[in-house]
This record gives sequence, C-alpha cells and structure tokens, in this order.
Amino acid sequence: MAKDLVEFRNLETHFQTPAGTVKAVNNVSFKIREGETLCVVGESGCGKSVTAMSLMGLIESPPGKIVGGQILFEDRDLLKLSKRDLSLIRGKEISMIFQEPMSSLNPVLTIGEQISEPLILHMLMDRKTAKKRAIELINMVGIPRAEKIFDSYPHELSGGMRQRIMIAIALSCDPKLLIADEPTTALDVTIQAQILDLMRDIKKQLNTSIMLITHDLGVVAEMADYVVVMYAGKVIEEAPVLELFKNPQHPYTKGLLKAKPIINQVQERLYSIPGQVPNPIELGNNCHFHDRCESCMDICKVKAPPFRAHDNAEHKSACWLYEEEREVL
Amino acid sequence: MSASASPITENTDYRPKAIDSPWKTAWRRFARNRLAVIGTIIIALMFLICFIGPFLSPYGVLDYSLKDKNLSPNTSYWLGTDKLGRDILLRMMLAGRISLLVGLVATIISVIIGCSLGAFAGFYGKKVDTVIMRVADIFMALPSLPILIIMGVVLSDLGVEPNQRIWFLMLIIGVLNWTTIARLVRGQMLTLREQEFMQATEALGLKDRRKIFRHLLPNTIPVIIVTATLGVAGAILSESALSFLGVGVIPPTPSWGNMISAANNLIDFGKRPWLWIPPGMCILITTVAINLIGDGLRDAMDPKTKK
Repeated sequence: MAKDLVEFRNLETHFQTPAGTVKAVNNVSFKIREGETLCVVGESGCGKSVTAMSLMGLIESPPGKIVGGQILFEDRDLLKLSKRDLSLIRGKEISMIFQEPMSSLNPVLTIGEQISEPLILHMLMDRKTAKKRAIELINMVGIPRAEKIFDSYPHELSGGMRQRIMIAIALSCDPKLLIADEPTTALDVTIQAQILDLMRDIKKQLNTSIMLITHDLGVVAEMADYVVVMYAGKVIEEAPVLELFKNPQHPYTKGLLKAKPIINQVQERLYSIPGQVPNPIELGNNCHFHDRCESCMDICKVKAPPFRAHDNAEHKSACWLYEEEREVL
Repeated sequence: MSASASPITENTDYRPKAIDSPWKTAWRRFARNRLAVIGTIIIALMFLICFIGPFLSPYGVLDYSLKDKNLSPNTSYWLGTDKLGRDILLRMMLAGRISLLVGLVATIISVIIGCSLGAFAGFYGKKVDTVIMRVADIFMALPSLPILIIMGVVLSDLGVEPNQRIWFLMLIIGVLNWTTIARLVRGQMLTLREQEFMQATEALGLKDRRKIFRHLLPNTIPVIIVTATLGVAGAILSESALSFLGVGVIPPTPSWGNMISAANNLIDFGKRPWLWIPPGMCILITTVAINLIGDGLRDAMDPKTKK
C-alpha cells in the first residue's frame, strides 16, 4: 500500500462568534496516501473547506483558531511549523486550487507573471527559464496559443481557462499534494468535465495526491479513490469509493446517494433529506444528524456514536445502528 | 447521407479583436473628455514654455537694467519690467520652472510616504494600523498653513541658501501632505487583502513584502494617480502661498508666489498690474488645468463609468 502523505489527527478548528463557539471542524481524523485522490463530501457548511484551509494554514485568526490536533505532512506537524517554514511548503509541496476562478487571479498582473512567481520563488529559476516553464505549463493544461496567453490579463480569459491557469499555477512546482476546493462549482457542466479530466490526467502523469472537496457525488464517483463524508464538522463515514457507493452505512450517506439523479430512470421528484444542517453553534455531544435521521434511536439524541470500522476494516462510520451497546441505554 | 464529417479546421480568416488592456480603455475614455484634454494641453504648454522658453529669451537670468525699470508691456519687454528693470516674461518662465518642480517633487515625496505607510497600515492592521493612522490623524488635525509658515521661518532663521531652500520646501510640503494618500491606500488595502487572489498568494507561500508591493499596490494605482494629480495643484498653491508671504521661495529666485507679492505694495498694486496679474493668471490656469486632468482621470479610471 502507498505511503501516507498527510494525516489529520483529531483536528479541531473553532471559530469564535458573538453568538458562541462554532466547532467548524470537530475531531477530524483521516489520511491521504501518496498518489491517491481523496474526496471530501458533505453539505455546505459542514467543515470541508475549513479542513482544507487548516491544512494550508489559511485560517484567519481571529475569529478562527486551530485548538487541537495535528496535521502531519510527511511526519512533520504543519501546525507547529514557523511561518517561514510553512511558506516553504505552501505552493511547493502543497498547493491549492480555489473555488472561484474569476477572483483567484490578480487582475492587474499578467498570467505569465502569476505563473512565473512560484517558479522564481520556490524553484529559484531565473526569469527566462521561468517563462519557458510557464509556457510549458500553459500547454500542459490544454490552452492553445500559450505564448499569447502568457502576456494576457485574467479578464481576457474565460472562467474555464482561468481555472486551468489556476491548476497550472498550483502544479508549477510539482507539488506532492494538490488541494482542490470545489474546483468545478463555478463552471458549467461541459467545462467541469474537461477540468476533471485534466486533473485526472495530471494525477496519472505526476503521481500527485489530490484532496478534492466537493458536494457533487457524480464528481466523487468519477475521481475518487477514497471518500470521506463529513457532517456538521465531523467525519461520519470513510471508505474506498466503490465500497461507499455499494454499501453505504451511515443514514446520511444513504440519503446523499438517494438524492442523486439517476440517468435513464424517470423520477417524479428527487429525494431530499428532510430538515437542515443544525446550527453549528454549541452543538451537544450527540449524533448531530439525529433530528433528520430516519432510523433515529433514543441513544442518538444523548450520546455521540464512536467512529470505527464495523465489518470491513477499510470502511469506517459513526452510527449507533452498527453498535451493539446501543440497547444498553 | 454520408456520415463522414469534415475534420475541424481552424478558421484562419477569423482574427479575434484584441481586448483592450485596462490602460487603453482608460486612455480612450480620457481622450473623449474634452475638458481633461484641454487641461492636459495647457499643462503641456506650460511645461514647454517654462522649460524651453528662457533659452529663447534675449535676456539673461541675472540681467537687470535700472534705466528700463517699471516699464509697462512694450515690444521689447512683452510683459513689462519690474523695479530693477528685469524682464517679467523671463522671470515668470523661470518662476514656472520652480513652481511646477515644487509641485511635482513634493507630490512624489508624499506619494512615496503615503503609499508605503498606507499599505503597511492596511495590510498588517491591528497595532501597526493604529499607530500609523493615529499619526496621520495628528497630521490632519494640524492646520497645514501655519506649520508651513513656521517651517519657512525656521528655514530663514537657519540661514539656508535661497537655492537650497526650494529643496527643503519640497520636502516640507511633501511630508505634510502624505495623509490623504495614506488613508486612501489603506482603505483600498483593507478591501483588497480580503480578496480571493490574496488568499491564493498566501497559499503559494509568497512573502509579505512581495504581496504588498507586487500584488496589492498595483491594484491601487488608479486611486493613487488621481489623488497625486490633484495633489500637484495643492502643492503648487501651498508653495505660492508661502512665497507670497515671503517664507517660501525667496528672491532673487523667482516663483509665481513671490512675484505676486508685488501686489503688497500699494503703488505697484494700483499702477503696475503687469507685475502681479501674469503670475497670478499662471497659478490660476495651472491649478485649474491640473484639476481638470485629475477629474478626467478619475472618470476614466472608474470602472463603473461604462462609456
């Protein structure tokens, strides 16, 4: 099995708001292996992006604060690194693609300047080599007329092209891990497919690990090797992709899979999970999904279920349905 | 019907129209603004006359002939002469050099100070911001003219040479004017640093200095240009006011301000208007023209005016 690249250990990221503490990421642990695509799935506001931001050290403090846990990257705890050491890793070893290609590029600098920047900074290239490499990168992400694009400004490009440029920038220093925070949400469906194809090709070519954050199960099925499902700041289920789709355990995962449209099947109305994500302020120590769950039991309302493997060692979930002690209470 | 589709070939006849760069668009809008163009032409002429004109004059800088003193405008002295028989036209052109130079250099000084302090305040926030902006508040609370006068008097007291005096003057005017630009730049920084592309630079591991000077400041250039342009007019006015009061540029170095001070003398004021009307007109025309340019630039660079 491939080596572990990143390991989240009991990560806790909290936000202080006037109304109380928001535990945006609450005791999250999972691993990303080398050359693997890991998808983090969940509704909006369940802590997917915050997990990624914590990894990149992009949590604004205040109001945010990482209050506990570790993020190990190649056996180094990223949370303990100095700002200087961190900036040597960011952009070089770990890079990130953002959700909004329209606003993630600086409007007053040319594309070329923005791609060359990390090359000059991290790879210590001179301007000329950086330009050559930048043009290679633009070609690699499938944009024709690379020399011309090199001198263009972001507003001259379409959303899909900008996202490709973002990918080119992210890949410029051959990172070991690429974090993609909903990279296709702002794009239309055909472009989405192109961007995902591109990311898959690149992963094959460069053996980069990808941490893909999405709420689109179609994207998960297409891209993932391994899936982590989050709900209200907690990991509630993780499994290899096939296992998860074939055999979902947590009622929330089941609900998500049911809510997905199926091609070639007439459906009057898509299924939707009743209720809403709970208010994240001061959540109790219980299963946060209990008030929306079809198979809710008494114990779900008072005690949080343990997160562990049940019958398949690779498939973990946190639900009382699979625990024997549930009857005890 | 045959199913063989022709291969997709690139349409070579089609040349996509180049999209204008932001600068080109701004320039086009500016060129369409008649008043702003007039202002630009006036300023260009002013520079041309002041910097080249003296070479064409038959008189020298230090020439004076007491027999020609206090002449009204005539064919050999187009704008007349003063009480020492010096040509008013020549002196006005030389004065223009100094006034325009003071305006430009003082503004450059205030832009440099204002941009860097404003950028640091906006970027780092918190304590840095508080300290810098409170200092700015102090500077803004002090009325600038009295301070300028005091500084001018101090310069006289220290016995600074008239030639070097203008450099000190530029410095003083520049330093006193940094607050406007600092505030504007800080405000821009506050919004810009929250933009997603700044998060992206953070994720790329860029250093703070690079983020500020390469990514943030270029985004504030439109604001800086507009304020700086208007600042030039203000600096010229400050210099004229000081020179008029006799604590700015002092004779024999001419400046528009100290030339107008001839109007202090009741006889000159009543009987010899050619001594003080021309420099007065120069100050008026120059500041109005600069303000027209500033307004034109503001309209041209505002992305919300879609014309």
